[in-house]
Amino acid sequence: MKNTIFTTTATVFMLLLLPGTLAAGVESLRGPLPLDAPAKIFPAKKQQKAEGGFERGWKQQPPQIPHEIDKDRISLRENTCLKCHSKENHEKEKAPEVGESHYVDRTGKKLTKISQRRWFCNQCHVPQVDAQPLVGTTFEPLPQK
Amino acid sequence: MTSLQMEKMAGIARLPLLIAGIVVGILLWGSFNWALEMTNTEKFCISCHEMEENVYQEYQETGHFSNRTGVRATCPDCHVPREWIHKVVRKIRATNELYHKLVGTIDTPEKFEANRLELAMHVWKTMKETDSRECRNCHDFDSMDLEKQEPRAADRHEEAMDEGKTCIDCHKGITHHLPEGWEEAARAAGLQD
Ligand code: HEC
Ligand code: HEC
Ligand code: HEC
Ligand code: HEC
Ligand code: HEC
Repeated sequence: MKNTIFTTTATVFMLLLLPGTLAAGVESLRGPLPLDAPAKIFPAKKQQKAEGGFERGWKQQPPQIPHEIDKDRISLRENTCLKCHSKENHEKEKAPEVGESHYVDRTGKKLTKISQRRWFCNQCHVPQVDAQPLVGTTFEPLPQK
Repeated sequence: MTSLQMEKMAGIARLPLLIAGIVVGILLWGSFNWALEMTNTEKFCISCHEMEENVYQEYQETGHFSNRTGVRATCPDCHVPREWIHKVVRKIRATNELYHKLVGTIDTPEKFEANRLELAMHVWKTMKETDSRECRNCHDFDSMDLEKQEPRAADRHEEAMDEGKTCIDCHKGITHHLPEGWEEAARAAGLQD
């Protein structure tokens, strides 16, 4: 009898504590907000632009985008980046041509059109804002020879 | 009655006719212009589901729909000339669009997409011919401050002024999505810069 009372009280206690311990360990990135409440608003940051382009961190880095892209669209049918960066247009637009690597398929074959692997440019190339990095890094590129 | 008297009588009889004529004329003219204006609103343009489902949705994502300063360019701003005579010509041409509405040429998004290149080419051709007249109702190279633009825009605009290029040579697909193969087609037709 005594045993049953003990186990029941202990179980009830633990059940009561359980949600508390769980909540203390894991907190949602939105903070302790109810699901239907709007998340905290961060101040909008202006995009950084760099005439001549941003310096690359290492040789094979996809260069960051130094101009606005909010009017550009990439979908199955259209890619407005190519209005300026394609083989045909880059000269008159004074824009750098997409790298040679963008015309090569995964077997290494050269293509006349941009490779499907490189169609969605912003998978690799992104614009920048002046924000504190969330996670620090000690990365250093190999010394250039 | 002398013939002189008869002429006088006829003259008096004609007077109300003349007045009636003027009144009817004003009414007709008024309703004609009223109809012109009624069909010149964004609301009218998108009362067709063909327009509402396709181009209107895309337009809402663009700077001509909503922007920092709150100036909006509506469908007729870009698609219907402002001067009266050009406007009437455009409206008469629109009867062809009514015909296609009736036979359902573009009544599904798939059909619309399949015909989009042809439709776009019509607009590009017209704008090229009019030196992008509708754009210039609002925009003007003379009032553009190139210093305030990104270099990639300023460089091209300087060139455009020097060489007499027109807006639509370079600015395709600013309000609507572009169909596949647009660039090759436009270049082949001499409509691409
Ligand atoms: C209106 C023409 C135009 C369009 C459209 C355009 N770009 Fe650019 N882009 C340029 C120009 C010009 C430069 C060179 C800018 C400079 O060096 O100051 C550039 C630079 C870049 C660079 C930097 C290259 C380097 O070596 O530093 C990247 C990356 C880039 N663009 C990607 C994109 C992507 C991705 C898109 C589509 C979302 C796009 N661009 C759309 C004109 C354009
Ligand atoms: C899978 C990642 C990836 C995708 C997708 C991609 N790029 Fe790149 N891009 C790179 C890398 C890596 C480099 C640098 C090395 C090189 O030149 O190949 C680069 C280089 C560039 C350069 C600079 C070339 C130079 O010589 O300075 C431009 C411009 C560029 N890309 C534009 C684009 C555009 C436009 C698209 C979309 C059509 C695109 N890229 C898609 C990875 C990518
Ligand atoms: C009713 C006036 C009006 C007409 C007509 C008009 N625009 Fe605009 N346009 C504007 C305004 C206002 C802005 C500024 C929007 C902003 O602040 O971002 C703008 C912005 C632009 C931009 C830059 C931003 C963007 O959305 O791409 C381009 C390019 C442009 N117009 C080209 C054109 C062309 C080409 C035409 C003719 C087909 C045209 N405009 C017709 C008023 C107009
Ligand atoms: C030779 C090509 C060319 C011609 C012609 C041309 N533009 Fe542009 N324009 C550009 C490029 C390139 C940009 C920058 C990238 C973009 O927005 O597509 C630009 C940008 C713009 C912008 C945005 C500027 C900003 O700072 O955001 C406006 C507005 C504009 N053009 C209006 C016009 C109008 C109106 C005409 C006709 C009177 C015209 N353009 C003719 C190439 C051209
Ligand atoms: C800023 C000017 C502008 C505005 C505003 C505008 N259009 Fe257009 N429209 C164009 C241009 C330029 C084209 C030629 C194709 C292109 O460049 O996208 C076009 C093409 C079209 C086409 C042919 C199909 C296609 O996608 O090319 C239709 C249909 C059309 N517009 C309907 C509309 C309707 C409906 C509205 C209002 C919801 C509207 N447009 C607002 C400039 C404009």
